[in-house]
Amino acid sequence: MKLKNAIMGAVMAGFTVATPLAIAEDTIKVGVLHSLSGTMAISETTLKDTMLMLIEQQNAKGGLLGKQLEAVVVDPASDWPLFAEKARELIEVNSVDAVFGCWTSVSRKSVLPVFEELNSLLFYPVQYEGEESSKNVFYTGAAPNQQAIPAVIYLKEDIGVERWILAGTDYVYPRTTNKILEAYLLDSGVAAEDIMINYTPFGHSDWQSIVSDIKKFGSTGKKTAVVSTINGDANVPFYKELGNQGVSAEDIPVVAFSVGEEELSGIDTAPLVGHLAAWNYFMSVESDVNDEFIGNWHKFTGDDGRVSNDPMEAHHIGFNMWVQAVEKAGTTDPDAVQEAIIGVTVPNLTGGVSAMLPNHHVTKPVLIGEIQDDGQFDVVWETKGMVAGDAWSDFLPDSKDIIADWRKPMSCGNYNVKTGVCSGQNL
Amino acid sequence: MLLFTSLLFTGLYTGNTDAENGGIGNDLIDQIAEELQNRKTIAAAIDEILASKAERKREWLEALLSGTLYFRKSDKKVVTVTKQGSSFELTAASDGSAQGTAGKREISKVKINNSLRKKLRNAIAEMALDDPDAKARVVAVEQMLQSLDKSKLAAITQRASTETDSSVKKLMLLATHLNALDNGTGPEKVAAIQIIGNNTRDIVVQRLTSLSSNEDPAVATEANAALVEIQKRISFYEKIETVLFGLSLGSVLAMAAIGLAITFGVMGVINMAHGEMIMIGAYTTWAVQQALPAFIEYSLIVAVPLAFIAAFLVGVLIEFLVIRHLYGRPLETLLATFGISLILQQSARTFISAQNVPVSNPSWLSGQWHFDPALSVAINRVVIFFFCLAVFAALMWLLRRTFFGLKVRAVSQNREMARAMGARSARIDSMTFGLGAGIAGVAGVALSQLTNVGPNMGQSYIVDSFMVVVFGGVGNLWGTLLAGLSLGVVNKFLEPWVGAVLAKIVVLVFIIVFIQKYPRGLFPQRGRAAGD
Repeated sequence: MKLKNAIMGAVMAGFTVATPLAIAEDTIKVGVLHSLSGTMAISETTLKDTMLMLIEQQNAKGGLLGKQLEAVVVDPASDWPLFAEKARELIEVNSVDAVFGCWTSVSRKSVLPVFEELNSLLFYPVQYEGEESSKNVFYTGAAPNQQAIPAVIYLKEDIGVERWILAGTDYVYPRTTNKILEAYLLDSGVAAEDIMINYTPFGHSDWQSIVSDIKKFGSTGKKTAVVSTINGDANVPFYKELGNQGVSAEDIPVVAFSVGEEELSGIDTAPLVGHLAAWNYFMSVESDVNDEFIGNWHKFTGDDGRVSNDPMEAHHIGFNMWVQAVEKAGTTDPDAVQEAIIGVTVPNLTGGVSAMLPNHHVTKPVLIGEIQDDGQFDVVWETKGMVAGDAWSDFLPDSKDIIADWRKPMSCGNYNVKTGVCSGQNL
Repeated sequence: MLLFTSLLFTGLYTGNTDAENGGIGNDLIDQIAEELQNRKTIAAAIDEILASKAERKREWLEALLSGTLYFRKSDKKVVTVTKQGSSFELTAASDGSAQGTAGKREISKVKINNSLRKKLRNAIAEMALDDPDAKARVVAVEQMLQSLDKSKLAAITQRASTETDSSVKKLMLLATHLNALDNGTGPEKVAAIQIIGNNTRDIVVQRLTSLSSNEDPAVATEANAALVEIQKRISFYEKIETVLFGLSLGSVLAMAAIGLAITFGVMGVINMAHGEMIMIGAYTTWAVQQALPAFIEYSLIVAVPLAFIAAFLVGVLIEFLVIRHLYGRPLETLLATFGISLILQQSARTFISAQNVPVSNPSWLSGQWHFDPALSVAINRVVIFFFCLAVFAALMWLLRRTFFGLKVRAVSQNREMARAMGARSARIDSMTFGLGAGIAGVAGVALSQLTNVGPNMGQSYIVDSFMVVVFGGVGNLWGTLLAGLSLGVVNKFLEPWVGAVLAKIVVLVFIIVFIQKYPRGLFPQRGRAAGD
């Protein structure tokens, strides 16, 4: 039966070379796994559009390996188990060669076993908590040492902050990031009573008591700052409450890791002006590649008002790296691409060059920007060169001896340099 | 010769403009335009302004601080702008003359950062010390107190001798006492502590804390005694603050729940789309602000009736299309309204934007009332609290004092009998559901001032709303109000104690236990209505 179908197919294809079927078989398929509905649609729809633009551009340049690229878009609807199902569908049913997608850590954790089982590739574009390195995943967003740690160094050395409030939404990314930051601060000589850690539920909207606590914590005369890993929707009421209670960015600056241009485009920015954010890319960065990228983006979306943001740049880097690796390997076979992609360098949008590291993370610059009233960031500080993403934090006792290196012969995402054991997988 | 004349002419001309405005050095701003544009040289340019004697100096600094100082690209002139819709109205920074309008791309903003902002604020404070407006002088002295030094102190003491306003004078005296704490001799310190030892300001507490371990035992004891007093006052104010926070959170909860108290409480419809009615009200506020960008100040007043109408119409439509066919089948109603909720959310995402939309706060709603340095309330919170009470009162009046209210109560209590008496129950149902939806829409206007306006906003209120209505006693409006307020206060007292995450859980557990014991809530319906 199967054979018969195959023969029929071949005959059909032979007869009608130009049918859509024939073209479909001659394309390289790229999966796009971003939520287009549900709570995460707010952030992820933009990334879907970014991928469609990148693929269109690559096709205009003549495609890849002489073939056209074809995007397969699915909607996992902000539902974590559905992410795994949709990933499986993309790989098994649509037989895509690589997938670009996910936003939250829990969605990545949900699809991880699928990618490892079916041996396919996932490019993950969002800053995350680290402590992971999979053979099948490429982390093009920031690891904690590419966002959180440099931000703290900036506050400490340039602003002279002595008291710290680590405020976050109660889930894995803020918890792990704050654990790393707390360990780092204690290591660097900050007293335990000068650190306050606070967690709030998802979508927390009544910040009165917490802001009042922050105000009290900052009233001792020592310079105080808030390091915020507060997630998406909870940010607006938080900043509004800061404004309500008269806490200004000059007194107690807030540096956020989840507030970008896209999030700011939907709110009244007046109460946020002067607060900070740490990213690897800002739309306001001045470079020729960035101008070109924004121009293309506006043309693609047909909207001059659309903003660009950090995860979009991560997709830009990840996609171009994948394209280069496929060209280098001469095939889209996952194993060959995995080997070829390590060491690949592509220009990033800030004017530098990012490289894929053996631990499947990339090198990026770290920028600190101050929020302006037009929803853009003014860069006030940046690292001198590129910072290499560190999969396993050096500041956590459990992971400081662990490294990841996917080059042969080690090929391990969790190698303990003390015991010399490549243990299990990820936390 | 020609060159000479033109030079002379230019010289004369510049002299003229200065003379006309009666000011000297106002050209400076255009001379340093280039430096203001560059992030590396802007600090030096601002120093140059500060050092100059330009007459319009303060206006420039204030424009810089408020982000209205721009640079016109065509002729490199520095201008101040006021936004008029999508274009900007320009005024020359050098002489205040009108410069026409310009689009966003023709001008670029002079960007400053936090450290410059601080510097500007300090500089403006020193200039504002002579401001004719007493309020501006208060702000100025407050700012100077934050980082008191010799020159600031000298400026304040000099001004204090001629100060007439009592509140400004009080602040100025505080400056001298603070200085005594910093630099005075032992007895001077003790005297100063005795005078300002009941002041709860941070700057006083900080100084007293460091003095409490002073080598002079007299100073140390005095400081310690004062600190104990201050701590007592602060903790008293903290308790009041917590109650106020609780009432404010409670008013938000009650506000969100009142609409549901009608659809669910009075009519018995499990309306999962209640949150989306709130969302519709909030989007209406946004639409009003988009349509009338020049009238942000009045936008909320316009938005309240419009939000009511919009949500009312959607409510009536939902009732007509779906709920009407499902009366008496609560499970199906639950599923159907849940579906409607998803449809409305996704329509907002598809037809407006997956992003949140910006709703700005009118200036009369921002700011605080200070009762004491340790106790202040945000004006918008107070307004929302009283708005909630007003909506509640209006609803009570409608249900208790009008013929429509009578019919609503009759239908909800005994449909058959009400019909027998001539009430058109289908029409009443439709109106009542619309009313509940409309009230939720009004709540949306209030909530748009505190939180995100976006497709997801309804979901964050639906659980809380049901909680409040069930806790208060289904069918009882007073119960809803009191349940909202008390849950708010309980939550705020728990929060500092166990953290925000646990506080929420503790409140939910409390309600579960409470409902086990009193299944009809705080204020159960009595009489026949309860007999189902």
